[in-house]
Amino acid sequence: MIGVPLTHILFLSTALFFIGVFGFLTRRNMITMLMSAELMLNSVNINFIAFNKYLFGHQLDGVFFTLFLIAIAAAEAAVAIAIIINIYRNYQSIDIDDADTLKF
Amino acid sequence: MVLSFLVFVPLVTAIVILLCRSAGQVRLAALTGSLLQLGLTAFLLLAYTNERQAGNTDQMLFQYRTIWFAPLNIQYHVGVDGISVAMILLTAFIVLAGVLVSWKIENLTKEFFFLLLLLSAGAYGFFISLDLFVLFFFLEIAVIPKYLLIGIWGSGRKEYSATKLALMLMGGSALVFVGILGVYYYNGSQTFDMLELSKSHIPVAIQHFFFPFLFLGFGVFGALFPFHTWVPDGHSSAPTSASMFLAGISMKLGGYGCLRVATYLMPEGAHEYQSIIILLAAIAILYGAFATMMQTDLKYINAYSSVSHCGFVLLGIGMLTQTAIIGAVMQMVSHGLMTALFFAAIGMLYERTHTRAIEKMGGILKLTPFIGTVFFIAGLCSLGLPGFSGFAAEMTVFMGAWQNTEIWYRIATIAACASIVVTAVYILRALGKVMMGPVLDEQHADITDAGWNEKFATVLLIVAIVFIGIAPIFLQHLITPGAEAIMQNVSRAGF
Amino acid sequence: MSASIIALIPLVPLASFLLLGLFGRKYLSAISGWIGTLSLMFSAGLSLVTAYNYFFVSGKVNGVYQQITLAKFTWLAFSPEVSIDMGLFLDPISMMMIVIVTFISLMVHIYSLGYMKGEERFATYYAFLSLFTFSMLGLVLSCNIFQIYMFWELVGVSSYLLISFYFDRPSAVAASKKAFIVTRFADLGFLIGILILAFGAHTLDFKTLIEKLTTATPELHGMISSSFLGLSALTWGLLLVFAGGAGKSAMFPLHIWLPDAMEGPTPVSALIHAATMVVAGVYLVARLFPVFVMSCPGALQVVAYVGIFSSLFAAVIACTQTDIKRVLAYSTMSQIGYMMFALGVSGYSGEGGLGFTASMFHLFTHAMFKALLFLGAGSVIHYVHSNEMKDMGGLRKYMPVTHITFLIACLAIAGVPPFSGFFSKEEILTAAYHSNKAIYMIALFTAGLTAFYMFRLYFSIFWNKEYHAHDESTDAHHGEAPWTMKLPLLLLSILAFAAGFVPFGQFVSSDGHPLASEFHLALAIPPVVIGLLGIILALVMYRGQNNLSEKVSGLFSYLYQAAYRKFYIDEIYLFITRKVIFNLIAVPSAWVDKNLVDGAVNLSASMTGETSELIKGWQSGKMQQYAIWFFAGVIGLVIMFVCMWY
Repeated sequence: MIGVPLTHILFLSTALFFIGVFGFLTRRNMITMLMSAELMLNSVNINFIAFNKYLFGHQLDGVFFTLFLIAIAAAEAAVAIAIIINIYRNYQSIDIDDADTLKF
Repeated sequence: MVLSFLVFVPLVTAIVILLCRSAGQVRLAALTGSLLQLGLTAFLLLAYTNERQAGNTDQMLFQYRTIWFAPLNIQYHVGVDGISVAMILLTAFIVLAGVLVSWKIENLTKEFFFLLLLLSAGAYGFFISLDLFVLFFFLEIAVIPKYLLIGIWGSGRKEYSATKLALMLMGGSALVFVGILGVYYYNGSQTFDMLELSKSHIPVAIQHFFFPFLFLGFGVFGALFPFHTWVPDGHSSAPTSASMFLAGISMKLGGYGCLRVATYLMPEGAHEYQSIIILLAAIAILYGAFATMMQTDLKYINAYSSVSHCGFVLLGIGMLTQTAIIGAVMQMVSHGLMTALFFAAIGMLYERTHTRAIEKMGGILKLTPFIGTVFFIAGLCSLGLPGFSGFAAEMTVFMGAWQNTEIWYRIATIAACASIVVTAVYILRALGKVMMGPVLDEQHADITDAGWNEKFATVLLIVAIVFIGIAPIFLQHLITPGAEAIMQNVSRAGF
Repeated sequence: MSASIIALIPLVPLASFLLLGLFGRKYLSAISGWIGTLSLMFSAGLSLVTAYNYFFVSGKVNGVYQQITLAKFTWLAFSPEVSIDMGLFLDPISMMMIVIVTFISLMVHIYSLGYMKGEERFATYYAFLSLFTFSMLGLVLSCNIFQIYMFWELVGVSSYLLISFYFDRPSAVAASKKAFIVTRFADLGFLIGILILAFGAHTLDFKTLIEKLTTATPELHGMISSSFLGLSALTWGLLLVFAGGAGKSAMFPLHIWLPDAMEGPTPVSALIHAATMVVAGVYLVARLFPVFVMSCPGALQVVAYVGIFSSLFAAVIACTQTDIKRVLAYSTMSQIGYMMFALGVSGYSGEGGLGFTASMFHLFTHAMFKALLFLGAGSVIHYVHSNEMKDMGGLRKYMPVTHITFLIACLAIAGVPPFSGFFSKEEILTAAYHSNKAIYMIALFTAGLTAFYMFRLYFSIFWNKEYHAHDESTDAHHGEAPWTMKLPLLLLSILAFAAGFVPFGQFVSSDGHPLASEFHLALAIPPVVIGLLGIILALVMYRGQNNLSEKVSGLFSYLYQAAYRKFYIDEIYLFITRKVIFNLIAVPSAWVDKNLVDGAVNLSASMTGETSELIKGWQSGKMQQYAIWFFAGVIGLVIMFVCMWY
């Protein structure tokens, strides 16, 4: 483990983040978009753990935040899926482009 | 005398109205409330004159002061002088008359009277407050309900008019607020208190910069040319009592503000912009009168004539002589009563004939002598017949204006005087077409004369008009100390 | 006489107005006429007693009648000096006026009991008559120039209300409107004149004003030395005040309302538009006469020329009119022109002040015979139901009382001795002869015209052809007139005959010292001769049916047409008001308001709307677009911060 430098892990998380962004922007299926958002959150989690481990080894703040984020992500997923189900009930579709009434 | 009662009574009445079950109870509550308020203002007048006779020479009587928001030094500070007492009496008369003429409102009665009393609470608060922030607060209270009153109970292009009125008045109050902030930050002690402000000296450059904000802002309320355009639309779309309120009180908020806030606190600013004010006022007087000649809708006629008559208020303020300022306040009172009477008469007519177009009416005097007579009295007062309030007020403005010896101001005064002819033309045209001549519309033949509530309302206003017209000296005495205080500030400013 | 009793003279009619105005229509309809008449009887009696006391009991102090101000109270105060102090001002001319006003008003009240019988708005009519009487009495008793202005407006409005009494007739409504607006226009001049005088002399009180402006005071000096457009402030003030008087007194070119005002009931015309209100302008000039004559003779010249011109102008028109009331209206205008120029040619003291006395004298006699003429015309109209001369003729057999009284009045106005008009006219002409020969000649010619058109009227009504009632069912059976109408005619005809014998110069003169009226035979002969010539001419032309009048009018066809059309003054006014003022001021103002002022507001609203229309596309509702913008923004910010830090 010692051999792995911080930058590698940051590369991983960055890659993960932009995969999430790409998915979020390109996918039309809301479930997939939700999954992409989870990917972004997880990349942040990795960052927290990594910085905590490498830079502030004697503290646990990063771990706490990660736990927070996991909890929030779970809540968010529940809310998001509830919204998606409601949208499906209204539009018979979970395509994001069909739910565009929230405008002027 | 606790001045805050003047705000509490309408507020409590408004709340009681919300709790009422039937329309009958609502009417009764509104009538009781406004009668009580009239009694209270009569008591205020009595207490005020007693204090003055007892030798109390304070500028403001019955002051009450408490901290409202300490960090910004906002205080709830109230007090009255003769000018405020006159305006408060005017408000009480018009609110009572307004409640009476809207007796037959069927649609959403409770909400209607609630808003009407809320409006009046705003107006009373405005006239008694001595703290600029509180004044502004009450000014806003007196604006918003109008939007609803016109939008819901109005007629014609009511949505358009309500929006226009609310937006323009809000624009006016935004200007006022900027002006108030200017006064607040640059007077040296960061206070909103008008009495302290009048003693402190606001730097001349600041006055020159911020005076237009305050004057124009209040000028929008007071139908200053060219910001008067909400007046005709707003008045003509509003229901009768809202028109009465709008023309009788709301426009006076503007005049009062121009005088008490703008001119009083920034006399040098007033002096700097004097010629512009006088020019705009003279234009408003003549232009309003000529524009009235072209109108065919009775409410538009009265609304444009209000523009013309309110021009006298601004002319009086602009002349910066004591008599002219007294005249301006008298004109405010007189115009408030007279225009309320006129709108009441128009409303009564509209209820019966369902038209306000003058070419569709004729010979109404024969059919409904009472309404016809009211119409005549309102019209003759409007054209400045001696014996009615309009004459005394206008002549005081003219006399005061003439005291200003500058030749151009005298020419402006002559132009303003010329409006008495134009006023006669349009008033007599309206009277001749509507009241006299043969009965035009057969359907009008069975219209009924005024009911008890309408008679009560109009007689109330007529009594006030005739009283001021016959013995204007009482009103003048009431106003004089207040005008003197304002003039002291003006002359201290080196004028 | 205590002030409170004198104050009752105007206040009793006011009380009658309030009583009849508030309760008359509903409760007092039957007795309203008597309420009005009784109150006027009281006033008339009281004013006679007051005048008697003033002239004979209080009498003169140092050979001059006192000017007394009673019951003074402050109505409005503008500055320590300038305040409206209402009060009762007693001096010879106000005493004369209250007697005339209450007496004529009483006659009209009695006459109307018969004339207006059965009218639906009988009580209202009496209420308005009382209001007028109150206002007129207030006017003549004013001690303050502003007070006179207030009552001036009030008589204007009572006149308006009475002209439009038959308000279902569009012509009456139009006439009342015209009368009010024309006089209002003149009042504008009056008001500005008051402003100039009041702030020049620092007072509104008549007595002080006259004192200050006739003696060498700083105020007088200031008013003479300050000038505007080439005239001094004093001249402007006086001319503008005179403009107000000219409007009320129907002087050229502000006379156009008077003939139309004949739309009102005839007794009203007798009271307001012949005897009292229309002479208010003369009264006003007489009130300020010392200022005119001592400090500003130029303005007095204007008064003289306006007066003589109006006098001639109206006399020429009167010769062509066919409506009997209009003939009388123009003759009123002509006679008031006489009074005006008499003031204009007058000096201040001694013999020179003859014009002033003559003018007031003529005002007095004219009130009597002109009221009589109108009331006579009223009873003719009452009988014939028409105003047109062609419907009349040969009425002498049917209406003997009216005939005789009308004849007396005609002789009086034509200046035939010993009727009253002769004396006053003779004095006026004497004054004119001594001061201005041109005016004298024109006045003499006018006197001839007056005799001619009055007898044209007389012969056309009472002689000419035989009377045939054009509608048998309504006419000729209700007799000449009830006694209520005959009594005033008889009383007035006595006065129209006898009023000339009053030694007027003893009571009324410009400087207060009695003026011995000397009778100059040489100067008395020409007007009598020329008057008789006019009468004979009328006799020849109108005594019987012939075509002489057509021949004469054909001879002067252009002049006749122009005079018949009242010299197109009405048309000129209509052109100026309807076409010029309306189209050049009112229409543009309304246009500007609708399009520019309102347009600016609507433009700001629509611009806000359009801007939001432009940018609302950004709010597409597409989630992923928002996300792209969001990420692009974040990246942009990052780049910005990176650039800022390094």
